[in-house]
Amino acid sequence: MMEKIIFGRYLPSDSVVHQMDPRAKLLFIFIFVGIVFLANNVVTYALLGAFTFLIVFLSKVKLRFLIGGLKPVLLLVLFTFFLHVFFTKEGDVLTQFGFLTIYKGGVIKGIFISLRFLLLIFVTSLLTLTTPPISVTDGIESLFGPLKKIKVPVHELALMMSISLRFIPTLLDETDKIMKAQMARGADFSSGSISDRVKAIIPLLIPLFVSAFKRAEELAVAMEARGYKGGEGRTKYRILRWSMRDTMAMLFLVVLSAALFILRS
Amino acid sequence: MNTIVISIKGVSYQYPEQESLALNNVSLDVYKGEWLAIVGHNGSGKSTLAKMLNGLHYPSKGTVMIGGYALNEENVWSIREKLGMVFQNPDNQFVGTTVQDDVAFGLENNGVEHGVMQERVFASLEKVGMTAFLNQEPHHLSGGQKQRVAIAGVIALRPDIILLDEATSMLDPLGREEVMNTVRELNEKEGLTVISITHDLEEAAKADRVIVLNEGRLYTEGTPQSIFQLDRELLNLGLGVPFAVQMSQLLADAGLQLSQRHFNEEELVSELWTLNFKM
Amino acid sequence: MDIKLQDVEYRYAAGTPFERPAIADVSFHIPSGQYVAIIGHTGSGKSTVLQHLNVLLKPLKGEIEIGSRTIAAGRKEKNLKEIRRRVGIVFQFPEHQLFEETVEKDICFGPMNFGVTENDAKKRALEAVRLVGLPEDILKKSPFDLSGGQMRRVAIAGVLAMKPDVLVLDEPTAGLDPRGRQDIMNMFTGLQKTNGLTCVLVTHSMEDAARYADKIVIMHKGRVHRTGTPRDIFRDADSLTSVGLDIPETVRFQQLFEKRLGRPLEKVCLTPEELAAEIGKLRGEIS
Repeated sequence: MMEKIIFGRYLPSDSVVHQMDPRAKLLFIFIFVGIVFLANNVVTYALLGAFTFLIVFLSKVKLRFLIGGLKPVLLLVLFTFFLHVFFTKEGDVLTQFGFLTIYKGGVIKGIFISLRFLLLIFVTSLLTLTTPPISVTDGIESLFGPLKKIKVPVHELALMMSISLRFIPTLLDETDKIMKAQMARGADFSSGSISDRVKAIIPLLIPLFVSAFKRAEELAVAMEARGYKGGEGRTKYRILRWSMRDTMAMLFLVVLSAALFILRS
Repeated sequence: MNTIVISIKGVSYQYPEQESLALNNVSLDVYKGEWLAIVGHNGSGKSTLAKMLNGLHYPSKGTVMIGGYALNEENVWSIREKLGMVFQNPDNQFVGTTVQDDVAFGLENNGVEHGVMQERVFASLEKVGMTAFLNQEPHHLSGGQKQRVAIAGVIALRPDIILLDEATSMLDPLGREEVMNTVRELNEKEGLTVISITHDLEEAAKADRVIVLNEGRLYTEGTPQSIFQLDRELLNLGLGVPFAVQMSQLLADAGLQLSQRHFNEEELVSELWTLNFKM
Repeated sequence: MDIKLQDVEYRYAAGTPFERPAIADVSFHIPSGQYVAIIGHTGSGKSTVLQHLNVLLKPLKGEIEIGSRTIAAGRKEKNLKEIRRRVGIVFQFPEHQLFEETVEKDICFGPMNFGVTENDAKKRALEAVRLVGLPEDILKKSPFDLSGGQMRRVAIAGVLAMKPDVLVLDEPTAGLDPRGRQDIMNMFTGLQKTNGLTCVLVTHSMEDAARYADKIVIMHKGRVHRTGTPRDIFRDADSLTSVGLDIPETVRFQQLFEKRLGRPLEKVCLTPEELAAEIGKLRGEIS
């Protein structure tokens, strides 16, 4: 059941996007999230859309696959859409059912907001699809490095993140295993009232917690045995390399932002 | 072969809130380049001993010397550079998100310079035959492969001794063989001292020397050949015996002549033939 | 209760870019009351087959007959509970599934899910604990305070208390010491012989398959490589080694001995005891 979720999964390939420095990709996303809000008319949304599809194309990730992965969030998008359609009272009246009046402005706003949502999901999914999780972590550690000066434990946080990432598949496998073991003992996770379902989860959660704690304990011992004594005096195996390609991407983004500024109404 | 690399003298250990001693006046030496198997039933004290050798416990009584250092909180980091450890659960010691990151973990901890680090990661993976998996993530590896990566992580730090704490007990037969072959190669070619803590007597049969622990005490020690003469006594200690030993025993019970308990099948067949069937 | 698999196929993550084949064209028969061993390497598909036996996975192609029910690909199946009660699975490292405050409550979990009243479930828990050779006073203890071997037995008791007709065992002795291993395996054979339980053992151990099974199914790369009685299977050792599987040590020893003897023994021996007796007999004949 978790097989269909694409957010947070990495799809290996050798595309230009895959080869970018994770710091560039992270910066790119921070900025993109900002400039998406600049778009407010057809031209600017079209520009943003075209730009997003260009990245999808460059990343060699199949569009069909991206769209398939949208299913879990589609409900949220639709909800946002209808919220705007029903509650925005701008422009001409399009139609009226009973107490509901639908305005042209509402429909337009609904479409724009949903589009904005979709574009953001596309681009962030692309980050994880094209970047191994460990590189994302390295990127974050490096970008936030300067915070070490104000005693933010950047190294420890990054290590925590990378260990969590490393154990996600292990714990997912384990969840699946325990779930099946309990189903074999007659547990039912998928029917009944909400309170039944919450109760049904206990036989799954407790074994998972027990095992996660055991793993954490053993891992800590293994790390100590391998000489881990904190970030002090540690060297790094992974070195990030900023290339021409990354600078180009940043420049491209600047151009896009400028264009959006000029074209927005 | 006679240089002592680990010397344990009169060591006792008691877990907090437990009445009996986990280790009771244990003394033993480990020689450079040998393969020593420490066997015992669950609760025999073998895991406690393993943890002690890596400075995860300190003796309540007695002394432990490892690679010239006395085991105490001051020396523990130097000792960990001399003695690397491979644990039982392949998953719970894999720290890195990929094979090469995991091998590098110990090197990073020791502040090894980047260029040297790359060389050593690659060289270590070559020694365990895992270079083809450089960027593989752990959940795509078999148990045996994960343990080989763990071994690479240990040897990258160039220790004198490698300690396997039930490192094959969670593996399937193929994985077990993979890991054992890797360790044997390191022992023979690189002269690495191997201590393997196990309840698998087939594994112990491959060692140069075997120490049997029971209820925290050193029960007996000797070559695998001499240990396996104890056959039924071993069963009473909750240990299995290798197939050939069991077979020797059954054949003797069936009235066949045998001079001793064999643990090599060919030797057993030879003797069985010469003493019983050759006319 | 019979179980029949007919051309069963399964793929993981079907319909996504992560799709990978698991098993294909799997057909074999588990006759009622027999002890069937499924052997193969890790990744041979034996765990996938196992999960089809109580419909934790549904075939993407083919069908499975479980007693009077037929589970076919592409059909919606409802009411799987009765199948799951009748086919109990002991997964690998089953102690990982324990979760209740007391051993008794944990063992009662299965039966009560299948509609057994609390009182009856407690009776079953007591029986099950005795069956797996644990003392009665363990019922009131927390499963998390027990030793690894005891936890394993409690978890097995939890499946036995469901009173299944078919007991599926996935490497039930992995990680146990030699004595515990033997005790548990003997308990299962006892159940099969005295209560007429059908046993399916999924294992790497050729020794266990040789010693306990009436029938062996060998899986290789997601397909059935061979099926047959242990003597049939182990007579043809080359077929096993061709897929990278070992032959039991007893059989290997017998081959070594036969080489000296210059002729084969009367039968393929499946246990060291049998082989020792056979060689003993031979000595009597020769001298």
